[in-house]
Amino acid sequence: MEHASGQQHPIGLYLKVWGLLFVLSTLSYLVDYFHLQGFLRWFLIVAFMLLKAGLIVSVFMHLRWERLALVYAILIPPLCLLVLVGLMQAEANYTFSTRGVFFGDESAATAHVKPK
Amino acid sequence: MAQRNSSPPESPLTPAAGWQGVVVDWSGDREAFKVPWGKAMMWVFLLSDTFIFGCFLTGYMTVRMSTTVPWPNPSEVFALTIGGTAVPLILIAIMTFILISSSGTMAMAVNFAYRRDRAKCAALMLATALLGACFVGLQAFEWTHLIVEEGVRPWSNPLGAPQFGSTFFMITGFHGLHVSAGVIYLAIVALKVLGGRYEKSGNYQIVEIAGLYWHFVDLVWVFIFAFFYLW
Repeated sequence: MEHASGQQHPIGLYLKVWGLLFVLSTLSYLVDYFHLQGFLRWFLIVAFMLLKAGLIVSVFMHLRWERLALVYAILIPPLCLLVLVGLMQAEANYTFSTRGVFFGDESAATAHVKPK
Repeated sequence: MAQRNSSPPESPLTPAAGWQGVVVDWSGDREAFKVPWGKAMMWVFLLSDTFIFGCFLTGYMTVRMSTTVPWPNPSEVFALTIGGTAVPLILIAIMTFILISSSGTMAMAVNFAYRRDRAKCAALMLATALLGACFVGLQAFEWTHLIVEEGVRPWSNPLGAPQFGSTFFMITGFHGLHVSAGVIYLAIVALKVLGGRYEKSGNYQIVEIAGLYWHFVDLVWVFIFAFFYLW
């Protein structure tokens, strides 16, 4: 009975994922160490982050062996946060441009506010 | 709704998989998640925690994007001088490796729990708690460095944008609180496992549930590491 609901997987799998997480962390640290900038930095940081998060959630938290009803209930609601991120991005750009106007930093203001 | 369904109950065969499985599981007016209640509740709690940390990180994004004062470079702020040379961000890298290692030992502890290998399970859980305590210790060191030597406060920051101070203390503080709570939680469960508390029922689910919480703490750190320290 205790095997019916318990998650039983070979230790070797955990060790492999552990090793992969180490490699991915080292790689993301090296992104900073070698001062990569611009799109490459942005892309690599997010890629390594999502890979690490995926490995932890799917293997360590056993989500890839759970039923889809539970998987969807857990993974879909956080996507709402992307809407919040989108709204806040617009809000932050607006705040930045108004600060530029009222605090006198003209170069920052003109970059974000269309000329009349 | 009023009259009872007279058709015979569904045959207790293996439930449908894929999309049909989702519909069948959600639509039956009965238990939706075929996992022990403790595990389902831990997932619900972790989902709510996801929103808390998600909102914190979104708030951090908003203030960082909207400030006109330059943001301090985390790579330099969190550098350590080792053998005379400043290694960028090394303190955070060490903390990351410690937390990942603790996740590895926790995953193996769950494995040994289901094999009912009490001694190994408890030893691995205590190792996890110890690594977690190391993480909190390093975080205390990091905070002390920032508060005492750099003069960073939640409301001001001599290195640049004051929002750096407020978001740093709020996000890492809340995460550190989760790690500290996890250390206590794991230590209690480990001692109970060692004492044979779950031997009679043979139900070692609690180790997996405690593990879920611990992996989540590691998961949150992955996002903090990427967005706060590397960005």
